[in-house]
Amino acid sequence: MIHMKINGMPVEIEAGSNILAAAKKVNVNIPTLCYHPDLPAWAACGLCVVKQENSPKLLRACAAPVVENLSVITHDAELYQIRKTVLEMILSTHPSSCLTCGRNGTCELQRFAAEFGIREQPYEIRLTDLPKDTSTTSIVLDPTKCIKCGRCVQVCQQLQGVYALEFIGRGDNTVVSPAAGLPLNDSPCIKCGQCSAHCPVGAIFEKDDTREFVRAISNPDKHVVVQIAPAVRVALGEAFNLPVGTITTGRIYSALRRLGVDKVFDTNFSADLTIMEEGTELVKRLTTGVGAIPQITSCCPAWTDYMEKYYPDMIPNFSTAKSPMMMQGAITKTYYAQKANIDPAKIFSVAIMPCTAKKFEISRDENMYASGFADVDLVLTTREFARLIKASGIDFAVLHDEPADSPIGMYAGAATIFGNTGGVMEAAIRTAYTLITGEELADVNITAVRGMDGVRTGEVDVKGTKVRVAVAHGMANVSTLLEEIRSAREQGAEPPYHFIEVMACRGGCVAGGGQPYATTDDIRGKRIAGLYTDDEKSVYRCSHNNPEIKQIYADFLEKPLSEKSHHLLHTTYTERKIYKK
Amino acid sequence: MSRIKEEKGFSDELIAFITEWKSKPGNLIMILHRVQQEFGYISRDSADTVALMLDIPLASIYGVLSFYHFFKLTKPGEHNIQVCLGTACYLKGGEGLVDEIKNLLGLELGGVTADGKYSLEGVRCVGCCGLAPVMTVSGEVFGKVTKDQLPGIISKFN
Ligand code: SF4
Ligand code: SF4
Ligand code: SF4
Ligand code: FES
Repeated sequence: MIHMKINGMPVEIEAGSNILAAAKKVNVNIPTLCYHPDLPAWAACGLCVVKQENSPKLLRACAAPVVENLSVITHDAELYQIRKTVLEMILSTHPSSCLTCGRNGTCELQRFAAEFGIREQPYEIRLTDLPKDTSTTSIVLDPTKCIKCGRCVQVCQQLQGVYALEFIGRGDNTVVSPAAGLPLNDSPCIKCGQCSAHCPVGAIFEKDDTREFVRAISNPDKHVVVQIAPAVRVALGEAFNLPVGTITTGRIYSALRRLGVDKVFDTNFSADLTIMEEGTELVKRLTTGVGAIPQITSCCPAWTDYMEKYYPDMIPNFSTAKSPMMMQGAITKTYYAQKANIDPAKIFSVAIMPCTAKKFEISRDENMYASGFADVDLVLTTREFARLIKASGIDFAVLHDEPADSPIGMYAGAATIFGNTGGVMEAAIRTAYTLITGEELADVNITAVRGMDGVRTGEVDVKGTKVRVAVAHGMANVSTLLEEIRSAREQGAEPPYHFIEVMACRGGCVAGGGQPYATTDDIRGKRIAGLYTDDEKSVYRCSHNNPEIKQIYADFLEKPLSEKSHHLLHTTYTERKIYKK
Repeated sequence: MSRIKEEKGFSDELIAFITEWKSKPGNLIMILHRVQQEFGYISRDSADTVALMLDIPLASIYGVLSFYHFFKLTKPGEHNIQVCLGTACYLKGGEGLVDEIKNLLGLELGGVTADGKYSLEGVRCVGCCGLAPVMTVSGEVFGKVTKDQLPGIISKFN
C-alpha cells in the first residue's frame, strides 16, 4: 500500500496504481482525453497534468505511478489555465462541426470545451481536408476529426490483435489509417467497432442506418419485424440514465411497438435455437468422433472474420451453426412468414445489436440469404436505437413492460447470457449435459466458466466424462488458445480442449462496439451481473426447455441438424486474405 | 526462401541480410533500408514480404515507412530528378524550378510520369550550395539552374 496526498487529503492506494486512480479515491476527477482505463497510458494529450507539491515538476496523472509520500495538487488556477490552453490547441486543429457530428452530446472533447468555458479560438485554425473512409458497412473513419489520442490504434493492436490501424506519417501529417493507404474494408479490420467505442471524439463512429429504419416503418407495404440481442437489454438503459446493469427487455418491446414495428421478437429465442443446434453438433463430435475437436463457437462475426483471415486451419473446428441473429432472420422469413401467412418478400427484418460487426455479417456471404431473401435487412446498434427512441419522444425510463410476440420471442435464461463472456459456453453445457445423459443438471450455474480473465479454462464433469472447455474474449487473447491447439495437432497429441468459446470484445457483447459509450471493466461487470440476474429470474433456465423451441422443432425444423436446419441455420467458412488488396 | 527469391526478386544477399538481422533490436529500419537499396524503393509487395519474413503486421511496417521521408513507396522513374530545397537553393529559387518541372512534365513532387521516364523529388541540401539552385538528374549534378534551361536539361535524358 502506498500513502500519499491528493490536494492535502491522505490517500491509501495499491502500489502500481496511477495518480488518476488515487484522485478518484477522494472523489477528485482529473480530466483525461488520450487515456482510457482499458489501455496502457500513452500520455499524449497533456490534459491530465498535475503538480507535485514543492517541486516545479508537472506530472501526467494518467501515466505517473503513485509513490510513497507523494503530495499532488490536481486543481489550481495555473493548472486550469494549462488545461484550457491544451484544449484550445487541440481545438485549433479540430473542426467545430459539433451539430452534425455523430458524437454530438457524447464527445469527450466537446464536454471539456464546455466545462472549461472555451469561447474563443486564440490559435490559428489549421484543419485537414481528408476524405472519410466509408468502405465498410460497419464504421466510418473521419480523419478530419481525429485528435491523435492513439486510443483506436492501441485498441486495434493491443486489445484486438488485428493491426488494421496504425499511425501513418509524422508530425502534422500523421493520420490513423490502415497500411499502404488502403481503405478499412481492404485491411484486416474485423469490424468489431472497438475503435469506435474507445474514440473520445467523432473520428470513428458506427455507420448510422436509422434513416432506413424510419423509412421502413413508414412504408405500409413493409411488415417490419424486429429482434433484439441479449446484450442490448442490459445496456440501453444507460442512455436514459437508468442504473448500469438495469434489464429493460419489457420496455424495449414496448418502445418498439410505439415506434410502429409490426412484430417484436427476440434474438434470445434464436440463442436458444443456436444452443440446440450447436449443442447437438458438439455432442455429435464428442460421441461419434465425426468432426474436429475442439469445437469452437461461431456466433461472433468479428471472430469469424478474424479466424477466416488469421487461422483458416481452424475452419473444421468451427461450429457450422450461424449466429443467433442470422438464425432469427432465417426463421423470420420462413417459419414465421408461413405461420402468419405473410409474403416473406414484404417482411423487413431488423436486428438491434450491441455490435458493429453485425452490420457486416448480414451480407457476409450467400448463406445469409437462406430464406431466399436477405435474412436480416438492417442492423441498428444500441447507440442508434437509443437515438431513435429519444427522437421519437418516447419516455423510455418509465415505460411499462410488455411481452414479446409469439412464436419466436420467448427465451430461456441460457439465451440471455449469450451477451457476456462465458455465457454461450454455460448455455451449451446446460443443454449438452441433458443431450448426453438424458437428465437435467441439478445446478445449472456453471460458475467455472464465469469471470473476466482474458482466457479461462476449466473442466466440466458430465457424469464421469470430463469435458475440457476454454473461454477467450478480447480478440488478442485468442492466439494462446489457438496456438495450443495447433501444436497439439502437429504433435498428434490429444486436443487440449473439447469446446472453446470466443468473443471478440472484452467482456463479450455487453461491451460490444455498438454499445453506449464510456464502457470500463466496472461497467462490463455490472452489465454481466445484470444478465445473470435476468437468467436467474427466468422461468426456464435451459434452452431445450423453452416451449417455443420445442414447438419450432415439432412444427417446422423436425430436429436439430435436420436437413431444414442445415439449410437455414448452418453456414460454411472460407479462407480469406488478410489484406484484400 | 526460394519462393521469396523467385517471386519477390529478393537477392540471396538481401535474404541473408534479413535473416541475420531478423531477431536484432531495431532491425526493421535496417532491413527496410537494405530493401530500398536493392530496389530503389519499397513496393507493397516488398513490404508484404518483409512482414512475412519478420512475422510482424504490415501496418507496423507502414508506420515506419511513412515516418521517415527517406523511404520511397513508389518506383522512381527511369530518370530521377532531384531538386534541392535546402536553405540556399530554396532562397535562390529551387521551388520555382520544382514548379516549372511540374508544368513541363505534369508531375507532382514524389510522382512519376505516366511513361515511367521521370520522377521528381525535393531533397535537402546536396552539399554544393555554392552552385545554388542545384538539381540532379540520374545522379548528374546541374548548378545555377534557371527555368529556361530546364527543357534542355530534361531532354538530355530522353
Ligand atoms: S473495427 Fe476493430 S478491427 Fe476494425 S479498425 Fe476498429 S478496432 Fe480495428
Ligand atoms: S480516431 Fe479517435 S481514437 Fe483514434 S487517434 Fe483519432 S481521436 Fe483518437
Ligand atoms: S463479441 Fe459480440 S459485440 Fe463484440 S464483435 Fe462479437 S458479436 Fe459483436
Ligand atoms: S490523459 Fe494523460 S496525457 Fe492524455
